[in-house]
Amino acid sequence: MFRTALRNVLAHKARLLMTVLAVMLGVAFVSGTLVFTSTISDAYQKSSEKGFTGVDVAIEPHRKSGDDDNPGRLPQLSQRLLDRAAKVPGAAGATGSVNGFAAIADKKGKLTGEGFSSSGANYYPGADGKDPRYPLKSGRAPKGAGEIALDARTAERAGYKVGDTVRMSVDGPVLTQKLTGVFTTDDGNVSAGGSLALFDTPTAQKLYGNPGEFSRIDVKAAAGTSQAALKASVEKILPKDAEATTAKELAEEQSRIISQSMDGMRTSLLVFAGIALFVGIFIIANTFTMLVAQRTKELALLRAVGASRRQVTRSVLIEAFVVGSVAGVTGLLAGIGIGAGLRALISGTGATVPDGPLVIAPSTILVSLGVGIVVTMLAAWLPGRRAAKIPPVAAMNSVHAVATTKSLVVRNSIGGVLTALGAAVVLTAGSSTMMGLGAGLVLIGVFVLTPLLSRPVIAASAPVLRLFGMPGKLARQNAVRNPRRTAATASALMIGLTLITGLTVIAGSVQQAIDKMATGSLKADYVVSMASMTPLSTDVEKKLSAHPDVTAASPLRSSPARIGGEHQSLTGVNGKTIGKLTNLEFTAGSVNGLSGDKVVVDDATARINHWKLGSSLDVTFEDGKKGKLTVSGLYKGNDLMRGVWIDKEALAPHQSQVDDRQVMVKTKGGTSEATEASLRKALGDNPAIQIQTKQDISDGISKAIGLLLNMLYGLLAMAVVVAVLGVVNTLAMSVFERQQEIGMLRAIGLDRKGIKRMVRLESLVISLFGGVLGVGLGVFFGWAAGDLISKGISTYELVLPWGRMGLFLLLSALVGVLAALWPARRAAKLNMLSAIKAE
Amino acid sequence: MTTTPFGAPTAVRSTAVAARATDLTKVYGQGETQVVALDAVSVEFRQAEFTAIMGPSGSGKSTLMHCMAGLDSVSGGSARIGDTELTSLNDKKLTRLRRDKIGFIFQAFNLLPTLNALENITLPMDIAGRKPDQRWLDMVVDTVGLSGRLKHRPNQLSGGQQQRVAVARALAGRPEIMFADEPTGNLDSRSGAEVLGFLRNSVRELGQTVVMVTHDPVAASYADRVVFLADGRIVDEMRDPTADAVLDRMKRFDAKGRTS
Repeated sequence: MFRTALRNVLAHKARLLMTVLAVMLGVAFVSGTLVFTSTISDAYQKSSEKGFTGVDVAIEPHRKSGDDDNPGRLPQLSQRLLDRAAKVPGAAGATGSVNGFAAIADKKGKLTGEGFSSSGANYYPGADGKDPRYPLKSGRAPKGAGEIALDARTAERAGYKVGDTVRMSVDGPVLTQKLTGVFTTDDGNVSAGGSLALFDTPTAQKLYGNPGEFSRIDVKAAAGTSQAALKASVEKILPKDAEATTAKELAEEQSRIISQSMDGMRTSLLVFAGIALFVGIFIIANTFTMLVAQRTKELALLRAVGASRRQVTRSVLIEAFVVGSVAGVTGLLAGIGIGAGLRALISGTGATVPDGPLVIAPSTILVSLGVGIVVTMLAAWLPGRRAAKIPPVAAMNSVHAVATTKSLVVRNSIGGVLTALGAAVVLTAGSSTMMGLGAGLVLIGVFVLTPLLSRPVIAASAPVLRLFGMPGKLARQNAVRNPRRTAATASALMIGLTLITGLTVIAGSVQQAIDKMATGSLKADYVVSMASMTPLSTDVEKKLSAHPDVTAASPLRSSPARIGGEHQSLTGVNGKTIGKLTNLEFTAGSVNGLSGDKVVVDDATARINHWKLGSSLDVTFEDGKKGKLTVSGLYKGNDLMRGVWIDKEALAPHQSQVDDRQVMVKTKGGTSEATEASLRKALGDNPAIQIQTKQDISDGISKAIGLLLNMLYGLLAMAVVVAVLGVVNTLAMSVFERQQEIGMLRAIGLDRKGIKRMVRLESLVISLFGGVLGVGLGVFFGWAAGDLISKGISTYELVLPWGRMGLFLLLSALVGVLAALWPARRAAKLNMLSAIKAE
Repeated sequence: MTTTPFGAPTAVRSTAVAARATDLTKVYGQGETQVVALDAVSVEFRQAEFTAIMGPSGSGKSTLMHCMAGLDSVSGGSARIGDTELTSLNDKKLTRLRRDKIGFIFQAFNLLPTLNALENITLPMDIAGRKPDQRWLDMVVDTVGLSGRLKHRPNQLSGGQQQRVAVARALAGRPEIMFADEPTGNLDSRSGAEVLGFLRNSVRELGQTVVMVTHDPVAASYADRVVFLADGRIVDEMRDPTADAVLDRMKRFDAKGRTS
């Protein structure tokens, strides 16, 4: 049986090629994902392990639960603790570190690297005057407030040499530092493409925390002392708000975090691979169904000479196994290529990935091959069973029996029930899980119903097709001739387009909603913030307020507090100007005259806490002081503007460290390039500070969402490519099955062009059918999801991206045209005589 | 359009030639494997005549028909339909010629299963984008006795009915010549006789020209003239044949075995 099956595979090479390609693409996606994620996570792992060399026990601040007296900032570690830790039994020495954000401007004044991976830390010289973590490549360690050292990669990238003056910023104001040294480091952030600036310890402490305090202390063990023993002795001297961890534990924790974050990425990539494979299933099932139909006589002959049903089924499955294996192996190889390519691509553009060898885990190989084989065999199972049902007598009939068109009644009933059920779940869904479940049901239901839907939908295309004369009419009729096959082919395309359209609708609506929210509630001309979204120095607000063009400015600064026992963040604003800078709708009271113990609250927060206009609130500030606040206004909040607002002057006395999230500014002449330049100049042309207009903010949102959407398009394109292969396959089969008809049409006077047109139009009709269903379902899901989303984003409303939807339909038409290229040529080239005689 | 007046019975046989082969040669393959299917065949098919081509299998009878009908290319010599030399036509012109001037009837009916009987009949005209001549069409449909079944799909018709649809399709465009390739091969004898009767009537009453390839002496007996082929050459001809006479003639090919 195996030999028969193998011969069959070889005999239908071309026919199976598309199937192999479809499975291969899916497998390549899976193995590419696995190779890529394991390579990256391995590289991160190694680099994080390196980061802990020279550390045996780390002491870090620890906020104990129940410590409610002081809702403020994280406790820090004192110099005294460090000194004591260095002397505990078994310790060879201790290093303290403080770190935070540090933006480095290159020679042109532009920010080097990404905002979030630009960090600063302290150089902590040991007994020999050197910090083992940062071996100097050239120059010397920084000393005093005006000096820094830079990591070699950043120095090179920004074009700085020892002795140069470096413009940088930690929390707003520009610092002009002298570069005294360039160092190399194993720091994971740096090897992943970030920048690191080092200050001497007192300067770093001043910039990032409080003088004399550290955020971490690393203790090195003396020779012969284990990490556990050292940890035990360190723990004896720890204050209650600090904890000790061994480096081993730290590394494990780190690697757990890394693998966790890689897991998320891997899962989402695998979902897309799964979609591609799922689409592939339709094609495989289609192909095998047709292969079996074509071989009816042959299979019947096998049965007639004594093969059992099981043997016939098995021969089809063996064929599938061979196809799946070939697809699995080639897919795996392609996937390894994809994995390597992806890494090269990422390190080529962002350079945020540490180097490391390509990792091809045994599990990757097993999973890829397994997926290829299992998916193919699964898809071939039904056709295989159908093959076994062919009666031996079919071998004797000269005209092979066309598979009886089984009634679609059962199928349609099941499809109808599933669709209705799914739609009901979608419409009543209260959570995204239910929503997903319902969407899945609808998708499956509609898929089951596609044969039924194919007739009316394709019939609707008749008026257009009539323009193409007889070929158009024949194309339409051919398209509905085998509703199951048409359905399976169109479904493959439908799935991809449903997802693409759904995402586009949701993304477009969300974008508009956020845009409305971000800009609608804002009256300010500019919003000033750090590029890294880290806090701004209060200097910035002072400088802006003093600027001659500025008519009003207010910071937004947060301070943790407790109100009536609940954690609640207080937002400090300038009570005198905030009314001119924001455009919030007040349902009661107003923001005017916000001062002293008065606060304004968004209506949602007020409702949850049962606050009303005039309510008196018991508050515990971040420094632990208690007080009373009075609600003087209720406003309609949104995701960007909400919470408890208080005048900054009332808040300032309680804050240990005052900094701003952002500063809103209104200027005399509104927005203009000159104004922006003048503001920028007032802030010292600082690369780390961004000055955005409303337009910039909404552009930023569009860009971020557009980027995400493009990524998803890219991933879903895979499913569409697989669907194209499916259309090609179906058409090739149709052409093969109908060669006699095509020969006759040629004989009685349809020219080659007409034949080509007929095949192309059939392809177009099938593809557009899939496209219409996909876009329709996508819009439905987008609309249904809106209900859920609008709970989170109050300004959400459905925006139908007509242009994009048209584009998707055009895309499916293009799919149809492309897929028909080869089959149409084949049909036109058919030899009339042999076609007519073909049995 | 032909110049034959509508429905005019041509009691008197015209001497005009509908199709003519002159030294028609067809060679398949090359070198060692070369097979000469037609060896300089010269034959005429006169208008309003029913000609049967007979011969043992491999004699080239089907090849001759295919070449004459513009379905197959020719290696040498000339093939004409009316005044048109087929060998000089490109594929496009040949297709148009088949569409407008030739009617076909195949052994396997070759109807489109998606079209009903009437649509199948008018298919060649629909392809050409021409309106069928309604009176002619009605008469053709009447002649083949399909009036009640025009809305049926091929799978709702018997084999004989399907072949009658095919005959009507060939006739509907009023071709200059009709080629039939074993038209009764897939039919029982009664249906076969019906179809042959229609072919003969279309010649006698409608003035059509029919060339039919067959291996059945009874079918050949419906023709006005039988042309015998063997080894790619015309070896004999018979006028007003009877089934017995044809059978006798065919027996002389015994050395090569009976046709399949």
